[in-house]
Amino acid sequence: MAEGADRFREVGTEKSPGTAIFSVVGNVRHAGLVEIPMGVDLRTLVFDTCGGIPNKKAFKAVQIGGPSGGCLPSDFLDTPIDFDSLTEAGAMMGSGGMVVMDEDTCMVDVARYFLDFTQKESCGKCTFCRVGTHHLLEILVRITKGEGREGDLEILESLSEDIKAGSLCGLGKTAPNPVLTSLKYFRDEYEAHIKEKRCPACMCRDLTAFYIDLDKCARGCDACVGCCPVEAIFTTPNRKKGVDQKLCVKCGECVTACPPEYDAVVKVSPPHLAPIVERPAEKAKS
Amino acid sequence: MITIVVDDKEIQVEEGANLLKTCLENDIYIPNLCYLDTLEHPPASCRLCFVEIEGRSGPVPACQMEVTKNMVVMTDTSAVRRLQRTALELLLSVHHVDCGHCSANKKCELQRIARFLKVGLKPKRLERYLKDQEILDDHPFLIHYPNRCVLCGKCVQVCREAHGTPAMDFADRGFKTLIRFYGQQTSNPVPCEECGSCVRFCPVGALTLKAEMDASQN
Repeated sequence: MAEGADRFREVGTEKSPGTAIFSVVGNVRHAGLVEIPMGVDLRTLVFDTCGGIPNKKAFKAVQIGGPSGGCLPSDFLDTPIDFDSLTEAGAMMGSGGMVVMDEDTCMVDVARYFLDFTQKESCGKCTFCRVGTHHLLEILVRITKGEGREGDLEILESLSEDIKAGSLCGLGKTAPNPVLTSLKYFRDEYEAHIKEKRCPACMCRDLTAFYIDLDKCARGCDACVGCCPVEAIFTTPNRKKGVDQKLCVKCGECVTACPPEYDAVVKVSPPHLAPIVERPAEKAKS
Repeated sequence: MITIVVDDKEIQVEEGANLLKTCLENDIYIPNLCYLDTLEHPPASCRLCFVEIEGRSGPVPACQMEVTKNMVVMTDTSAVRRLQRTALELLLSVHHVDCGHCSANKKCELQRIARFLKVGLKPKRLERYLKDQEILDDHPFLIHYPNRCVLCGKCVQVCREAHGTPAMDFADRGFKTLIRFYGQQTSNPVPCEECGSCVRFCPVGALTLKAEMDASQN
């Protein structure tokens, strides 16, 4: 900038000259602030500049433009980062926030998370934003709990369009973007939640269960028992471990605690797929 | 004077007049809740008075528009009606529909708009969310019903115009926004007993005078 406008315009594209600073966070190796010339594609930014996705996971989506931006799937990795291309794809430059998500992310939960934010930020002046975003959030919460109903997606879609068109200020006009883009690009995930009560990414707590693979579990190891905050893990008669599904709060501590050489804790969705291991009757203390 | 066209009807009007006011004065009804012609800057918060104007993309709220020469306005397009119906449904989804026990029954703006837009008073598409507090009666002369209130803000405006510091104002924010009473403890409280403007201006039955309630009950 100090070298003048012409020097600034030399980088970037014709319609979006110069550089942009993004805050890249989420599932990337090198999270942080990056400055890139406009027009660089998403792939370069995520995989070269920021080092790609850690833990050998696959890229799933990137939320661009902050809470009111849009979630773009891997098909859009070759999209150049400039004002027009992002708007066309359903996202926006916005605040320059960029959340990279790997395959373990549930897109319904992501939409719910961002709507929770925008709904709380609504000032309450105009009808669409005040009441409309509340309805969107309640429907999304219901879907993540496995209580989604047929017709919910149609209501989400039409209500989102109306909130965009009818709200007074920019907050309401952009708040439905995460819902609309995730519905557009990840509709199958919404349908799995509603029709099969299944969370494909095993992230929605009410739709997942943890169990311990008895073939992998090591006899005598007590790592998971020690870390469970609700004492849901017990020792079976052959000294392996089982999870009491009634007590389990699905915090995921046991997954972290189980030593990587065993890797015995498994997450499934829908929860009834978890094999039931009976807790042995407690011996009467003498 | 300039000429504008609203729904194929030619209207003579001063340039710069408010579009919503112009339409209403010329017997062209546009649903509205929060518009008061005494306000220089209408709040545009109810999101009902949408119209389409030739040369502009998408519906715009009529209360925010000044008429200009050769303006062509349509009040009955499908995009306009869709937004109006959704806005009304949203308002009804947080409204305690109990018209039989409401002081505004038959003169209620919500009933009128619902009839005009052909929307039932209990839309099935959306869940209903009511506030916990059915009645606010912490005022010596007024009662407020948060679950009837459409948050148009007319009561706050007319009270402010008549008495300076209003007896009520918006409280809390977001989905929890509601009207609350203030200022009874000040040295110069609003003379609500004699005034009653807020009750007359309320488009629904969200405000009543305690004296009237007592009289109707006896």
